[in-house]
Amino acid sequence: MEKVMAFTGDEIAAEAMRQINPDVLAAYPITPQTETVQKFSEFVAEGRVSTDMIRVESEHSAMSACVGAAAAGARAMTATSANGLALMWEIIYIAASYRLPIVMPVVNRALSGPINIHCDHSDSMGARDSGWIQLYSENCQEVYDNLIQALPIGEDRNVLLPVMVCFDGFIISHGTEGVAVLEDKVARNFIGEFKNIHSLLDIDNPVTYGPLDLFDYYFEHKRQQVEAMEKAPEVVKKVGKQFGELTGRFYGLLEDYHLQDADLVVIAAGSTAGTVKATVDELREEGVRAGLLKIRTFRPFPQKEIIQKLSKAKAVAVMDRSASFGAIGGPIFLEVRSALFEEQKKPLVISYIYGLGGRDTGINQIKQVYHDLAKAAQSGKVSQLVNYLGVRE
Amino acid sequence: MKLKGWKDIPWGGLILEAGNAQKYETGGWRTFRPIWHEDKCKQCLFCWIYCPDGSVIVEDKKVKGFYYEHCKGCGICAQECPFEAITMEEESKFRKDQGGRP
Repeated sequence: MEKVMAFTGDEIAAEAMRQINPDVLAAYPITPQTETVQKFSEFVAEGRVSTDMIRVESEHSAMSACVGAAAAGARAMTATSANGLALMWEIIYIAASYRLPIVMPVVNRALSGPINIHCDHSDSMGARDSGWIQLYSENCQEVYDNLIQALPIGEDRNVLLPVMVCFDGFIISHGTEGVAVLEDKVARNFIGEFKNIHSLLDIDNPVTYGPLDLFDYYFEHKRQQVEAMEKAPEVVKKVGKQFGELTGRFYGLLEDYHLQDADLVVIAAGSTAGTVKATVDELREEGVRAGLLKIRTFRPFPQKEIIQKLSKAKAVAVMDRSASFGAIGGPIFLEVRSALFEEQKKPLVISYIYGLGGRDTGINQIKQVYHDLAKAAQSGKVSQLVNYLGVRE
Repeated sequence: MKLKGWKDIPWGGLILEAGNAQKYETGGWRTFRPIWHEDKCKQCLFCWIYCPDGSVIVEDKKVKGFYYEHCKGCGICAQECPFEAITMEEESKFRKDQGGRP
């Protein structure tokens, strides 16, 4: 039995973390993540969790403490945003390569400079090659659901990878919504116990973490990480199904909305997927065959599913809330387009960079995207491959 | 040592076997070789205490020489020896003598 209560994205992340009750939480405040850890520190002060909370002096230390704790066998968590994630950079690769399933909410915020505190995905997209699983959330409910699922996904024996649960700064983190929350007992039972089979504190089975790994074995260890990522989709789907059986909310790698007969498809991740759904509703009333394909897992990238889901589409717009400077369009666009390369019959694919630094992206702009798609589908040609939606010329 | 494939090694570079550094021979890193002069040695064991790699051979509480498979030639033993009983000599000399092998 679930209870529906009002939470902001930051508050519901803290609530999920209260239920998770990690052994160690090491974090440093940064807007717009601050309220998550602030709220969680109240739970610590009130004795509602048994977590050791480490007040570190930087995000570099936060992730370092998590790595140490996880290697010792603890369930370790932190949370961050933008420049905080950037300061963790060195250690996020180490967490992934040591195969420590640390779970971290990333409240998406534009990376400086110029300094900006609002939403875009430049922070987590930059970490796309770090070896972390990335789940993107559309709303507060998905923040909760993704966090509860992140632990059984990352801690699965075949995966053992850290997980970022990404949600849009301010739009989700500071927006209040009704969220269905599991009973503590049920949530904890779903998450299960974590046992690191190679714990530094297991003196009967000594283990060394972090030895020098040169040209003789480093490559093999990277190959293992590739393999773990390749095993992850099945686990994401399995956990999503189990979660659905418990709550009625089923999750996979992607979510589709009116995609079955859609000629024109927008691909988006994060809160904008919700705006696209509202746009699709309006366009469907006008008789436009519009659909949405929402990216939930960007890492691992769901190539097979994307090919299958786009098999009937005529034109596809991929919306990226980050720029990849010097590349041909945004990061999601590049991978979607690349995924389709071998297909005989493939849709036209167009890149839209949007919403940088929290620039608002509304229904009218997304209607413009569908309008462009209709023109492309009709002419069979892409007039502008990379577009900047909502920027002033 | 035959190198294993990615399916046959612990993940993340973890070492699960205590003390297996012994199997990893690092003597090839050496450019200077410590030479023990038994006549000058007073068996104070300073070299054994200071060696960062456990490369000093001690039998019956007495220094007997060096494990050249592991000695990296750092020269700390020669530096710390109070009796000049250890000298550092160019490795190339010995390599030539031994057909190019350390």
